[in-house]
Formats: sequence, C-alpha cells, structure tokens
Amino acid sequence: MAGSAQNARPKPLWLLAELTYKCPLQCPYCSNPADFAKYKDELSTEDWLRVLRQARAMGATQLGLSGGEPLARRDLETLIAEARRLGFYTNLITSGVGMDEARVRAFREAGLDHIQLSFQAATLELNDYIAGTNAFQHKKEMAHAVKKHGFPMVLCFVLYRENEDQIEHMLELAIRLEADYVELATTQYYGWAFLNRDRLMPTRAQIEQGERIAHAYQEKMKGKMKIYYVVPDYYEQRPKACMNGWGSIFLTITPDGTALPCHAARQLSGLLFPNVRDHSIEWIWNDSPDFNRFRGFEWMKAPCRSCPERFKDFGGCRCQAYMLTGDAANADPVCSLSPQHGLIEKALESAREANRSEKPLIFRNPKNSKPFVEKKRPLART
Amino acid sequence: MRCGWPISKTNRRIIVSRDMDDCPFRAQDAIPQIAPTHRFQWEEAQQCYVILYPEGMVKLNGSAAEILKLCNGEMSVAELIRDLKAQFPDADVAADVVRFLQVANENGWICAKRSS
Repeated sequence: MAGSAQNARPKPLWLLAELTYKCPLQCPYCSNPADFAKYKDELSTEDWLRVLRQARAMGATQLGLSGGEPLARRDLETLIAEARRLGFYTNLITSGVGMDEARVRAFREAGLDHIQLSFQAATLELNDYIAGTNAFQHKKEMAHAVKKHGFPMVLCFVLYRENEDQIEHMLELAIRLEADYVELATTQYYGWAFLNRDRLMPTRAQIEQGERIAHAYQEKMKGKMKIYYVVPDYYEQRPKACMNGWGSIFLTITPDGTALPCHAARQLSGLLFPNVRDHSIEWIWNDSPDFNRFRGFEWMKAPCRSCPERFKDFGGCRCQAYMLTGDAANADPVCSLSPQHGLIEKALESAREANRSEKPLIFRNPKNSKPFVEKKRPLART
Repeated sequence: MRCGWPISKTNRRIIVSRDMDDCPFRAQDAIPQIAPTHRFQWEEAQQCYVILYPEGMVKLNGSAAEILKLCNGEMSVAELIRDLKAQFPDADVAADVVRFLQVANENGWICAKRSS
C-alpha cells in the first residue's frame, strides 16, 4: 500500500478519549483501573478540544469516545461536532445508559460516525445482574434508535464464564437488532477484570464451542453482518501484538488528562505518564520518556531480544508482563517461550478451582474502588 | 464501560469474506458508491487517501484512490472505466478497475447504488 515512508516516525492514529470514569454500570470485567475513584479532576471541554486539535494535526484519524460512560459528559455533543469538523472518524463506545432517542438524533446532527453498544449478556437476568442495574430493555430500545437514525452499529458482548454459553442467543439478538458488526470479545484481564479473573475465565471447552458457533454464524451472515470472535490470550501459545507495539499507533487520554500508550498502562510502576494539562500531544508522543520506554526493540530482555517473532508480536503486552511477573520489560508470560509461562497455567488452574468454590465477584463501583485508593489492597499480584 | 478493546488490544480474528461471484460490479451499468458505514478522505499527515470505518483504517495506494474518487454514486462502472482511460491511456484500466472493485466490495468499502 502507498503512503509508505516506512522509517517515518510513528503517528498516534488511534486516539482513545476516556472522557470520564463515572459510570452507571458496575461490570466486574471493566478495564478501568481499580483505583479509579481517586481521579476526580476531569479535563474541561477546552482541554479536550485542544487535545482533539493537536492529535488530529499529528495524523490521528480514529477517535474513540469512551470512559467510564461517555454519555455522562454533558459536552459530548460539542466534542463530537468538533471532532467531525477536524476529520476524525468518531466512534462512541457506550452502554446506552444515559441515552434517549433525542440524544441519538443530536449525535447524528453533530456528525458522529458510529455507535458501539455493549450488552452484558443475551438474557435480561444475567445482563442486569452483571451491569448492577436494570439496563437490558433500555439497551434494546437504544439499539433500535441507533439504527433508526442511520448509524452503523457494533454490538459488543464481553464474554465470561457465565455468558460464554449464550453466544448463539447473542448472535440471534444481534440479528434481530440489525447490527452491522458483532464483537464477541472474551474478557481481557486488566483492571477490574484482573481482580475477578478466577470467576470470569471461561473453560477451554466453552471457548472451543463458542468459536464453532461464531464460525457457523460468520458463514450464515456473510455479507450482512460481520462477526468478530476474540479468544482470550491466556489460552494462546503466543502473545497478542498488544497495541501494535508501545507508542506505535495508539494514544489514550484518561479523564484527568494523563496520556498513556494503552489504557491499562497507568498501573505500571516507575512510570510517571505525562499530562495534557502540562504538555502538548506532540511532545508527549514524540519526546516524553515514558512513550519511548518500550518503543522499538532495545528494551527487550531474553527470550524476546533474539526472538525472530519480536517483529510480529513486540513481546506481547507490557501490562500483562507487569501484572503477572512484576517487571514490565519481561516477555508477556502468555508466550510459551517465556520462562514464566507457568504463571498462566497456574491462573487457569486457579480459575478451575474457583469454579467450584464460587468466589464472589467484585463489582466496579466507587465503594469497591476505595480500598485500592487507600492502598489497602494491592493493584497487582506478583 | 470500557469493555470493547480497540482492534489492536485484541487478538481479533477476521474471517468474513464475500463470494467473488456475488460482486455486483461485474455488471457494466452498476453504480458503485462508498458504503454508508465508511468514509473516504485525504490524510494530510500521511500524504495518502484512506478508508475509515468503525474502529479501523485502510491506507490506499494511488491507483486505488483514483478509482474510489469516482465511486461517487453517480457514475456506472462503464463510465468510470472510460474516465480513467482518458486519464491513464497507457494502463490496462478495465481489468484493474474490475479487479479493484471486486476487492473493495469484498471488504465492504463500496456498495452498489440501488437504481430508483
């Protein structure tokens, strides 16, 4: 493909704007940091408009408006309108709670390109139990409104042990709601999901069954609905090319303005990520020490350093390496070549045990976040 | 509600493809247009045309962009080929266009405008 100045500096093509940590839902698989309750000082509208302009000038094309629940920001329409004017492809990533048809229409008028609506399950009971609130019916109504106003719609189902067997139901629901894309995304274990890993981890048999069903529907819905099925990396032998490499295409701005190369990176110890209140996006992306920390291949240890696959997977996920091994520069232990791959086996074993003991879920809410803010509970287990 | 990992955080698998035989642009009078879920635009920072769609982007080479510029919902495949032949008399325009429209259709970048 053209436009290939291969040695040119990387560009922050994907800007993820986490507008707020406020959320009416309490999903225990949320990837927000466990200590989110300590970040209360949200960026102003002006701050966000500046971030959008600066990132766009550097070549950002995709804008994800996320959170928390982005609908909790009253200036959302203003931000969408400016983003669209600047030429972003704007994606609203939402639970649908906080939306009504008038707001969907307002988003259309502001120039929003796409809405990704999440469901917690295919049944009302499980959906509302995991969401921690009555949301299922409202989500279905919002899906109709999204389609009615001409948006492309992605339905996102996060998969975990208790809903993994509902995949067929989910796909039928998606067909009824006329989704353009369906994402069946097995939970990735960051933030709250990491705390609840034992309870969320599906079994290998569930995953294989889920994959079979997803493939059958991919065939059936060819040309009408795109279906993505995301396998959890704990069941893989090689790590994911996380974020396509550190500081390569992805830039997250958190509600308080901290800039991160990935939305889970805030927890990495020893790094003090820069804030957009103090620095330009250009400096943050090109020159800040933290965005350069794991760029390229120099930082790698064995076995990644000499591995021929390092150009493909970049050593996997830095956050996962940190959370599981205590050192972000280690190989992602998902890799079977990692000397610490046993940790993954242990995690799967622990999840199998928990399946029998019914360990309680920790729901994502300010009350449960407090012990992490006060550091009464550690963020990572090593 | 941060649940859907953007494309690069996942090991997402894309398996959907469309049948070549289904391509509507084998008909010379079909009218291609950019799919309503997609956007085609010039990117100054990258000095190339791109296709944008939910959470994704494809960079286009020069000839792909020249063809897509004409997928405006007004010109038929035959007209599009005639126009490009005038611009690029030395190239095998017809074959290139048909092949590219097939790929673009399979990827969902374009769709046929319904004749009213």
